[in-house]
Amino acid sequence: MTKWYRENAPITAVKLADELMRLKRGSVSRRHFLGVTGLGLAAAVLARQPGLFNSTVFAGDLGSQMSIATWPNYHDPATFEAFTAATGVAVEVNVFGSNEEMLAKLQAGGTGWDLFVPTNYTISTYVKLGLIDELDMGQLPNFDASTENARFTHEGMVDGRTYAVPKNWGTTGIAVNTSKIKAPVSSWKDFFEVAMSEADGRTMVHDYQLTTIGNALVSLGYSFNSIKPEELAKAEELLLRVKPHLYAINSDYQPAMRATDAWMTMCWTNDGAQLNRDMPEIEYVLGKDGGEIWTDFYAIPKSAANKPAGYALLNYLMAPENAVKEHIANGAPTTDSRVLKLLPEEVTSNKIVYPDEASLTPLEFGAAVTLTDPGRAELMARFKSA
Amino acid sequence: MRAANRKRNLVTAALIAPAAGWLSVFLVLPFIAMLVFAFGERAPEGGYQPAFTFAQFANLPTRATAFWNTLMLAPAGAFLCLLVAYPTAYYLAVKANPRYRLILVSLVVVPFWTSLLVRTYAWMYILGSRGIPNLLSMIGIEDVRLLNTPGAVLLGIVYGYLPLMIMPIYVSLEKLDRRLLEASADLGAKPVSTFFGVTLPLSLPGVMTGVALVTILLLGEYLIPQLLGGGKVFFIGNALVDLFLQSRNWPFGSAIAVTLVAVVVVVLMAAMRIAWKIAGTRQVDLV
Repeated sequence: MTKWYRENAPITAVKLADELMRLKRGSVSRRHFLGVTGLGLAAAVLARQPGLFNSTVFAGDLGSQMSIATWPNYHDPATFEAFTAATGVAVEVNVFGSNEEMLAKLQAGGTGWDLFVPTNYTISTYVKLGLIDELDMGQLPNFDASTENARFTHEGMVDGRTYAVPKNWGTTGIAVNTSKIKAPVSSWKDFFEVAMSEADGRTMVHDYQLTTIGNALVSLGYSFNSIKPEELAKAEELLLRVKPHLYAINSDYQPAMRATDAWMTMCWTNDGAQLNRDMPEIEYVLGKDGGEIWTDFYAIPKSAANKPAGYALLNYLMAPENAVKEHIANGAPTTDSRVLKLLPEEVTSNKIVYPDEASLTPLEFGAAVTLTDPGRAELMARFKSA
Repeated sequence: MRAANRKRNLVTAALIAPAAGWLSVFLVLPFIAMLVFAFGERAPEGGYQPAFTFAQFANLPTRATAFWNTLMLAPAGAFLCLLVAYPTAYYLAVKANPRYRLILVSLVVVPFWTSLLVRTYAWMYILGSRGIPNLLSMIGIEDVRLLNTPGAVLLGIVYGYLPLMIMPIYVSLEKLDRRLLEASADLGAKPVSTFFGVTLPLSLPGVMTGVALVTILLLGEYLIPQLLGGGKVFFIGNALVDLFLQSRNWPFGSAIAVTLVAVVVVVLMAAMRIAWKIAGTRQVDLV
């Protein structure tokens, strides 16, 4: 936008018509149009009136681009396109395989992310290390704490302050291609046994300490979050025994599952829903012996270069009518009752996405200590380099 | 005379200064930082905290497999590259029609215009179930698995590094003095003995350069094992990525990096010394 003194000043009728025609031809961006015609200023002023125009998108200068760090297959690409169309801010998407990787990047500094998607168990550490901002809720009018399910959102708050707001929740289960594997798989114990027999050379585990070590611990009857050295030693023994039978150690398992290079994998709800939607023979099972339940949040790094755009995109994503499209594309369940109401019946009745309460009971949320525990980090590194 | 000498020295110093400055800022300083890290400790939340301990070096045996894979697969990959590259380079430099030589040589370089990542993803598709195994199943060979095997990693290595091997060999063969070949033939040597007695020894400097280049680059490789090996065949490069990006254990990562550099310097200097000696004496004998 220009810094000319007449910027946002009243415009003549002829000029308005002129700009309008140019906008219709697509030769100006919407932001330019709003700026030149003064509508941007009007919208910004209106935006300050709660309930009148429920968006701060046009307030302030959002710059021309921003960057988000997130997970594979996690968003509806149309969401970012629509955001860019509405604000003129291009969104660069960085995809990651683990929270540990995100933490390492943030610790090293200079990520350039304006928004990112950490999982519940990392938030308190990010706060402790001073890597994320307390959210300015005034800039997020589309978020409504009263419609959120507290079971999934409480880890976004530390000492009564909100540092992160939820994207969605989910579980970590097992995706099985039932046309290839006949053995029943209903627990993590089954998972590791089948990996070494019927699914030999066709099984994938996450490149991610929390779930790979956690599920190995569960299969041995221990807690998903254990950091006891003797239990970790048992888990390492199991993982090293399984390793020669694995197809790959990789958190981006959809391509291999779709190509049927892999027949079974550790799998998150949203990927399970996507795989099952496109290939019904791939079933998604929760371990009856336990496993993980999680919430992914949005947070703004302290080091963000373009915080106004970070807030604008976050607020955009919090609007139920935008969030619902994300949920339909991504497949993960929502924490927000406003979004739940908007979702079609076939999504809310999908047992992969909204499993019954009983199958959730044995699952555990990841514990903060697993993120920084050197024992788990070193175990994962030894397992991979073995 | 002395003034002239001093002037020449000044010119030499001025010419070397930019490179020396560059190397000390971007090579020596980071290496010193790495050495300092290597004797430190992992901070509780990950990263580095100052200390003076040899614990990181004592922990090195836990990465023995990665060291072994790297130190075996890098030379093996370089040797395989050589087997494929030498005939190609020989054809380009000696046999190919000079009119098309430039086009053929540039075809060797063209793949470098695309990112190795993209080309490696292409191999993931070719080797995956929808690629070659799919074609094989049409002729009745079922359930062949090519992707995420050590073979796929070797193939990826040869594919990715081949141009780096072809070019130095091509250059050394291209400037080969044809009169030596004629002389060899005039003196009654058969083509095969001319090749082994004249052509091959004279191209050894190129071969050595190619092998060294490819081996050194392979020692830091991590992309190909990750994508074509499924993250199961671990190189030192993968162990380093892991330690810095996931375990956030900078001191241990630095210790591994320092050790790798030390091993490489020793092995390579010994290898090069032997190799150049062989190449050098032969050359003296011949010319």
